[in-house]
Amino acid sequence: MARAVSTRTKVLNTAIAGTLGFLMFFPILWIIILSFKTEEDAIRAPLEVLFQSGWTIENFLTVQARSDYFKHFSNSVIISLGSTLLGLIIAIPAAWAMAFVPAKRTKDVLMWMLSTKMMPPVGVLVPIYLIFRDTGLLDSLIGLTVVLMLINLPIIIWMLYTYFREIPGEILEAARMDGATLKKEILYVLAPMALPGIASTILLNIILAWNEAFWTLNLTAANAAPLTAFIASYSSPEGLFFAKLSAASLMAIAPILIMGWFSQKQLVRGLTFGAVK
Amino acid sequence: MGKITLKNVKKAFGDVSVIPDINLQIENGEFVVFVGPSGCGKSTLLRLIAGLEDVTSGLIEIDGKDATHLPPAKRGLAMVFQSYALYPHMSVRKNIAFPLKMAGMSEAEQTSRVERAAKVLNLTNYLDRRPGQLSGGQRQRVAIGRAIVREPAAFLFDEPLSNLDAALRVGMRQEITELHQTLKTTMIYVTHDQVEAMTMADKIVVLNAGNIEQVGSPLELYRSPVNLFVAGFIGSPKMNFVEGTEAAKHGGATIGIRPEHIDIVEGGPWTGTVGLSEHLGSDTFLKVQVDGIGTLNVRASGEVGRHHGDRVSLAPQADKFHRFNKDGRSMK
Repeated sequence: MARAVSTRTKVLNTAIAGTLGFLMFFPILWIIILSFKTEEDAIRAPLEVLFQSGWTIENFLTVQARSDYFKHFSNSVIISLGSTLLGLIIAIPAAWAMAFVPAKRTKDVLMWMLSTKMMPPVGVLVPIYLIFRDTGLLDSLIGLTVVLMLINLPIIIWMLYTYFREIPGEILEAARMDGATLKKEILYVLAPMALPGIASTILLNIILAWNEAFWTLNLTAANAAPLTAFIASYSSPEGLFFAKLSAASLMAIAPILIMGWFSQKQLVRGLTFGAVK
Repeated sequence: MGKITLKNVKKAFGDVSVIPDINLQIENGEFVVFVGPSGCGKSTLLRLIAGLEDVTSGLIEIDGKDATHLPPAKRGLAMVFQSYALYPHMSVRKNIAFPLKMAGMSEAEQTSRVERAAKVLNLTNYLDRRPGQLSGGQRQRVAIGRAIVREPAAFLFDEPLSNLDAALRVGMRQEITELHQTLKTTMIYVTHDQVEAMTMADKIVVLNAGNIEQVGSPLELYRSPVNLFVAGFIGSPKMNFVEGTEAAKHGGATIGIRPEHIDIVEGGPWTGTVGLSEHLGSDTFLKVQVDGIGTLNVRASGEVGRHHGDRVSLAPQADKFHRFNKDGRSMK
């Protein structure tokens, strides 16, 4: 039976939810508004910004002229896709092994992997920086791709492990009886069955890699700098340029926001995969 | 061909020995049923034959060739799982064709074989459906279809009917038996249900704690069980066991008498009070508290007008006694 909810409660709940939603979205909205204002207008009081100033696309032009947006954009695409692909190549066999042929220490290995995420990244900055310097990987796309893959690898393995665990072992045994080699078993049976999970792992990892700011800022200079570095370059010692910073931010988050919007159904399906049978 | 020989097969998981030592010969074309209570090692034994588990030691020969260390696919066996284990993302057609595709068979040959199997199993109208759109019985038939297209040396069935309801189970039981008569291929069938074992098998292997208790045809096991375990396991309702002075009178440490071998008569040697009475019409099952002996199950043909609390007199059929020594072995 449906629970009875009074109209008053419904209105109140909707108002609270709406307000909270608006508060969470407000910073993004403000970035969007400021990115279309001049620098002088952008530092005015909020109400004045909204009602007494004009609109302009000058910021976007300036930003593109000053720092090549498309170069940073393509760097972001390369490192987020690259690190995801590389991560999957390593994580699928790892998760397969842990899900279907668990050993005595499998649980410990999983916990250890997760524990690496508990350490602040700055703790390993110096060693990694030195390794990168000595191997010539500083400010290189390959270096950055590998680092982002490594920091997200525990999450990829954990997610895939969880999805694989949902797949009954008997089905894989049936495939083995039917003559499938390990490669074919993964390709024809495991991967299609875990597809919602694999897809959401890919999406989440792309988002994480796209937004990652610590390593991308510390290990790049000009060549391999992705969009995070592009935004950061607008917060400079000479002063803040709110309108340009907003325009740069909007340009940096727009692609991932659009991708997230179109894939949200897939993302939710994957993240709740197996929760309800 | 499908002759399977197990020589001194042992299996242990860590320190736990599941199968201490088994020797068994399965002839070509036989329908062999492994039966036993849960945890007796029957499924493990099947998985060892399938190659899904590795033997700890011993030898498995298929058609005279050593298959002990062959991977499952190379053994030429097909398996039907308890959960059906169909590929949920593939149509019925693709499910059945999967082993053929793995074997690299041509599309045309795949199609003709799948259609032949579908015809045998009444699946022709369902070939383009997904397993999720089928009933339990149909799913089971798809699983069998996937097994028969390969034309294997032997079929392995791991409790294939336990997920079906009672009526379907009887129907599928007959279908599998008929399939065996048509194909004449070796079948090894694992079940905990002794009715399935009795009705389907050419040869029953009774397992207990990883050991073979007895191997024989259904009626051999029924007529001459070698020990108390087999005597108690085969037959429904269970055989009655009597110990003490009454047993000594008949010349054994324990005597067994099947419920259907006790007659309700006037002036029989045993008298007792009816406890539970189950009237099925065709048969009547009585639980009788016999004076000085204990509770005995009695099965009578047809309708018997005895109910809870009635006094009855019973006569065991003298030539139907099973005598066991104090170690539980048959004394015949």
